[in-house]
Amino acid sequence: MEYIDIDRVKKRMDKRLFINKMVKGIFFASAMFGLVVLAILLYRVIADSIGWISMDFLTGLLSTSAERAGIRGAIIGTLWLMAIVGPVTMILGVGTAIYLEEYAKKGKIHSIIQTNIANLAGVPSIVFGILGLTIFVRLFGLGASVIAGGLTMSLLVLPIVVVAAQEAIRSVPSHLREASYGMGATKWQTIKNVILPASIAGILTGVILALSRAIGETAPLVVIGIPALLIPVPTNVTDNFTALPMQIYYWTLDAVLVAEYANLAAATIVVLLIVLFILNSAAILIRNKFSKRY
Amino acid sequence: MTPATPKPETITRKQSIIQPEPDTGKPLVFNTKGLNLYYGKTHALKDIHLPIAENEVTAIIGPSGCGKSTYLKALNRMVEMVESVKITGEVLYRDSNIFDRSFKVEELRTRVGMVFQKPNPFPKTIFDNVAYGPRIHGIRDKKTLKQIVEKSLRGAAIWDEVKDRLDENAYSLSGGQQQRICIARCLAIEPDVILMDEPTSALDPKSTMKVEELVQDLKEKYSIVIVTHNMQQAARISDKTAFFLNGEVVEYDATDTIFSNPSDKRTEDYISGRFG
Repeated sequence: MEYIDIDRVKKRMDKRLFINKMVKGIFFASAMFGLVVLAILLYRVIADSIGWISMDFLTGLLSTSAERAGIRGAIIGTLWLMAIVGPVTMILGVGTAIYLEEYAKKGKIHSIIQTNIANLAGVPSIVFGILGLTIFVRLFGLGASVIAGGLTMSLLVLPIVVVAAQEAIRSVPSHLREASYGMGATKWQTIKNVILPASIAGILTGVILALSRAIGETAPLVVIGIPALLIPVPTNVTDNFTALPMQIYYWTLDAVLVAEYANLAAATIVVLLIVLFILNSAAILIRNKFSKRY
Repeated sequence: MTPATPKPETITRKQSIIQPEPDTGKPLVFNTKGLNLYYGKTHALKDIHLPIAENEVTAIIGPSGCGKSTYLKALNRMVEMVESVKITGEVLYRDSNIFDRSFKVEELRTRVGMVFQKPNPFPKTIFDNVAYGPRIHGIRDKKTLKQIVEKSLRGAAIWDEVKDRLDENAYSLSGGQQQRICIARCLAIEPDVILMDEPTSALDPKSTMKVEELVQDLKEKYSIVIVTHNMQQAARISDKTAFFLNGEVVEYDATDTIFSNPSDKRTEDYISGRFG
């Protein structure tokens, strides 16, 4: 007795192949959708910004007159922000990851911290803004300063760094740990001499991805009251500052008043995208360059 | 790991075959007295009594899962890296119990080095690999480090092969060379005992022979405990052999006796290849 009737198989073959083709088409369209939207967005932004990006625009100070406005303040403000977010997330994030992976016993507390970090990654950025406003701006009285903005932003991206660093640390083969412990090394010596050198690529990648998230975030900055219209350039961490996304936000809002502000916003978006592109490329380069096989 | 609550009711076996003290008159580096080890609820080592004598090679043989690697890793407390592990009983190293709270595990592992199954050099230069141990124990002086590295590499019979390429990554070496680098790295902490966990199972026959010869040389200065799957290897290189089965020591004796005239039927069956 045969179960497979070759005639029926033949009859249904065309239908099966047609369904297969159709499904492939649907999936291709889904994949293209995002790409097309992004392309349109990029086209619009770049088209609007043509003629507006110049050395004067990059190095000039902010002005209400569109022709004279520059984003030097916002660029330097963003750099200041990164100067806080980078080290703070590196130290706190990598510290947390090391504790969880190497020191903490895998028990209840471990899983509570782990779950919390995962949840924290899903908290909307505006909530972090409110947190920053309550703690750093008001309670610590830091005002809308670089340090307040930087710390708020650090909290926001911390989970990214923790998770990336944990994964990097976990991927260090255990036989390397054993070799180190087997010679009488302490945990810290093993971490410092074996685990961190072997996982630094993954950790740096995580930090850079976190930075590129922080560089584009606007909501927390709006909530903690970072001004968009600020002429002086910050010179230290307690100065007020503005950042690229704030500048974009402000110019987009006011484009109804002054039509040229739309072009300024587009030009700033292009600058921001270029910075993001550079950061992401650096992350990929680091990952490729340092990735080792054991 | 703190010693777990004793479970005396589980210890019912008679120690009929094992003589706790060896008759060679050599001093003991390790003496295991009533060691029980649990992975969670699995009773992995059952009331082990085993002496390890100075300047001898003690081979531990037995089928997979018999607890021989677990026992070896208990001797330098590497087994505690498994979190669910519970240990009762004593392992005396030079007369002090290694599971005592006051016995620092880092100190133990400085005296008791380990060579692992798979060659596991660090992704560092050959020099830095061998200098790793001395460095973590606080030696910073370049000249001293150089001397230690040379001495250790000579000790591991690999100096001539690598002396011109100490700055190369250890991963550029062959598997057999990597394993001898790992042995050199172990020698560099000037241990008293060397534990070897199937050190040749990942190596080709020629490299295996080199490591075996090396073990013979090393026992002049060190006491060696070697876990091996390979019974011929145990017969070739060891002075004493312990046969483990299901977490127990079935038989422990001079290697010649074990292989020519075993007193337990199960030992005889195993060494004649009837199981395992």
